[in-house]
Amino acid sequence: MAGPWDGADTLGPMNDSFRRGVRLGLPYAAAGFLLSLSFGVLAREAGFSAAQAIVTSAIVFAGSAQFAVISIILGGGGLVPAVAAAGLMNARFLAMGIALAPSLPGGPLKRAAQGQTVVDASWVMANRRDGTFDRWLLFGSTAPQYVTWFCGTAVGALAGDGFFDPERLGLDAIFPAFFFVLLIGELKEPRTRLVAVVGGAIALALVPFTPAGIPVLAASAAALIGLAR
Amino acid sequence: MNIWLLIVLVAVITAAIKAAGPIALGGRELPAWFSSIVAAMPAAVLAALVVTSALADGDELFIGPDTAGVAAAGIIAWRGGSVITCVLVAAAVTAGLRAI
Repeated sequence: MAGPWDGADTLGPMNDSFRRGVRLGLPYAAAGFLLSLSFGVLAREAGFSAAQAIVTSAIVFAGSAQFAVISIILGGGGLVPAVAAAGLMNARFLAMGIALAPSLPGGPLKRAAQGQTVVDASWVMANRRDGTFDRWLLFGSTAPQYVTWFCGTAVGALAGDGFFDPERLGLDAIFPAFFFVLLIGELKEPRTRLVAVVGGAIALALVPFTPAGIPVLAASAAALIGLAR
Repeated sequence: MNIWLLIVLVAVITAAIKAAGPIALGGRELPAWFSSIVAAMPAAVLAALVVTSALADGDELFIGPDTAGVAAAGIIAWRGGSVITCVLVAAAVTAGLRAI
């Protein structure tokens, strides 16, 4: 799989990076459409109106957190556990935002706004592997993913509860498969293979003992292996 | 439960988490060791996301049809398949096993 970090044109004009980002983001946007379609259906099942489901995707735009909220509500949980689950699910964005920070210019407000464009696939593709990020590529690849995330949710939410059963169609396998494809692209070097194995092991070991989201945040500590020579 | 309140709170907490790093650490040079960690982070985070979503259901480890679907997607990704092919195969294998 060719990645943006393979190219030598990372110093090119920002428009090139943005356009390349859009192109790289398109396949993930298509997969995201299916994912948000099932979010729309599940949100209706959890008691959201169509408008509420659509607004959620428009202003939250964080798949894992949105699904965590729905599963808490479907399980009978209240407001506080649902918001806490979303926060924990998003905890990895804290680590990802710290990694991205030095690549963002401008004042605090501008940097905070740019930080909103971080979604997993874009963050991985914009990572230049030298400690810096191509921010225009990040913005570019997030753009189509935002559009399809919104559209998929709208279709699923308007079709509504009972339109189809996401589990019966195997749509719940799309989320992990999506990340698996990104992961495979990371496994070219022995070093990153080791990081992946350790990160996966940390996460699995914590699953029975910690709230959802914490295992993924804790697994980011496996990146410390990057320090070894 | 007030769902609108829930949506706003989740949006605010998500935006705050995404803004925290860039606000606190933006616009400055960071040392070389920082770069080594950043370069290794995607593998750690992605592996964790894959195993927690494919091998666990809530706080229990769980192997089901979706695990097989995700494994099939992994093989296709390894052999150079596109992300679309991979997610469609994952869904098809999972749905097929559930239908049996």
